[in-house]
Amino acid sequence: MRRQITWLVGQLAATLALASVLVFLVLRVLPGDSAVVALGVNATPEALAAWRAQHGTDRPLITQYGDWVGGLLRGDFGRSFVTGNDLTPLVLDRVQVTLILVGLGLVIALAIAIPLGTLAAVKHRTAWGSVIAGASQLGVAVPNFLVAVLLVAFVSVRAGWLPAGGWVPPAVSMAEFWRHVTLPAIALGTVQGAIITRYVRSAVIEVMREDFLRTARAAGHTRASALVRHGLRNAGIPIVTVVGVQVAAMLVGAVVVERVFVVPGLGSLLVDSVQQRDLQAVQSIVLVLVALVVVGNFLVDLLYTVLDPRLRTAGR
Amino acid sequence: MSAVVRGPSALVPEAAAVGPRRRTPGVHLQLVVGAALVLLVVAVAVASFFWTPYDPVRAQPAVRLQPPGAQHWFGTDRFGRDVLSQVMVGARLTLYVGVVAVGIAAVVGVPVGIVAGMRRGVPGALLMRGSDVLLAFPGLLLAIILGAAFGTGTTTAMIALGIGAVPAFARVARSGTLQVMQTDYVLAARAANRSAWAIAWRHVLPNIAGMIVVQCSVHFGLAVLAEAALSFLGLGTAPPTPSWGRMLQESQQFLGVHDNLALAPGIAIAIAVLGFNLLGDGLRDVLDPRLKSVR
Repeated sequence: MRRQITWLVGQLAATLALASVLVFLVLRVLPGDSAVVALGVNATPEALAAWRAQHGTDRPLITQYGDWVGGLLRGDFGRSFVTGNDLTPLVLDRVQVTLILVGLGLVIALAIAIPLGTLAAVKHRTAWGSVIAGASQLGVAVPNFLVAVLLVAFVSVRAGWLPAGGWVPPAVSMAEFWRHVTLPAIALGTVQGAIITRYVRSAVIEVMREDFLRTARAAGHTRASALVRHGLRNAGIPIVTVVGVQVAAMLVGAVVVERVFVVPGLGSLLVDSVQQRDLQAVQSIVLVLVALVVVGNFLVDLLYTVLDPRLRTAGR
Repeated sequence: MSAVVRGPSALVPEAAAVGPRRRTPGVHLQLVVGAALVLLVVAVAVASFFWTPYDPVRAQPAVRLQPPGAQHWFGTDRFGRDVLSQVMVGARLTLYVGVVAVGIAAVVGVPVGIVAGMRRGVPGALLMRGSDVLLAFPGLLLAIILGAAFGTGTTTAMIALGIGAVPAFARVARSGTLQVMQTDYVLAARAANRSAWAIAWRHVLPNIAGMIVVQCSVHFGLAVLAEAALSFLGLGTAPPTPSWGRMLQESQQFLGVHDNLALAPGIAIAIAVLGFNLLGDGLRDVLDPRLKSVR
């Protein structure tokens, strides 16, 4: 078990290191001179030289990369190329908002997917099963920003039940926080719920054909109790896998949903930084998002070993 | 979006899981519905080259924000542009982005996957670890990064979405190649001293073609979604070229009053994605040899 965790941590560190090289390469090496990107092709040589000296881009690339990664390891995200402000408090503030949104979205997605997927599997030869399968197929095709736009149109503007945008931190007012976070979380969670429903359905149907479930029934369990006590745990591994993948999708999906609901998360900051061509901000934000994706996958790998004891001894 | 990773169809052998299926002999419902929806999008895109009700980019202030009616079936936007005409021309862009992105992914990913499957050991492992690192970058995020580096636009979006889908194609091609390499006919070809190139071209590629076609269909749907998301964020196709994602973004200020502005492009996106997803699922049932053996 310990050996396996060490291996997983090593993989995590190697992926992050390679990702940081890739991000630096794409954002700082391939586009050419960052000063020209920031000031435009018509800037005077003096202005370009001053900009390079101010932001340290006149140093060798390897030094710049080392400084950036060293700073990240110390929790320093660098300074914006556009405003010159320290990015660290901004990124830390925004990442909390995004994590809250994604966390609530995931809860909604699972609250939809696990009961509906299980029901669709148990009833998969009936009309109910077909209706749920069809609805989830349709849900997969609807982008989360369309759900977001429709929620604003019907729940906020027409019905006036909840605000159409904005953000109130829970520390300021818990009631207002819930009023503001509900629609973005639903927009993010429902589409992922539709996707995960399909996986839960497949996994449960697969498990329902297993011998151990028949044995459990023969030992006196009802179908529901056999499914809950033995089936869902065994269906857990494929479900955990897809949840891991979908958390990555939700982090990216949050970029768009935050835009619709004017939520000050990491996604909004990323889009603003891209539009301002603030490459220093973009590279730090992207690496934070990639780190969240990779850590999510790492946690999924750890969960495997909890769910399936056979994997604990597999070793490498 | 993988791309934003959204396609369950890309990963779950749903058809395999449901066991013996009740099927209408000769007709596969998902395939037929999917093909019909895709054909609808293609037909609209092709028709838009020859005819649209109005010029999709010409502003007509006299008829701005008209509700759907006899003159303008889907209404008009804030500049008086006909929404139906914009949706029709937007279908072109959607298909164009999908074809180029999926083309890049297949042309790069399939050879990488075949090489990784045929040359096990260090080269194969290196190729697959490389694709693992790329997997940490969801397609939409990659498109945003390349947009920051090289400027936003349709070309950047297509290339980024294509590169983002390369690992998925490489993985599928590799797993198919590993299966084909175990077969007797490949053993016979190797015994007959056929070159690796000949084996790849004559035996591996034809046998994994079905899986690749399925991937193409699924990733087409993902590319449509990702392009719409990028345009929605203002990081995709620049105005005035009509794009479904940007139409949806521009509709936001009229929500609750002129919902047709959001519904028209929104439904168009859903139809296109649903069509390619269903087509992918249907094709998988028909073409994917791995699942045939399971069923």
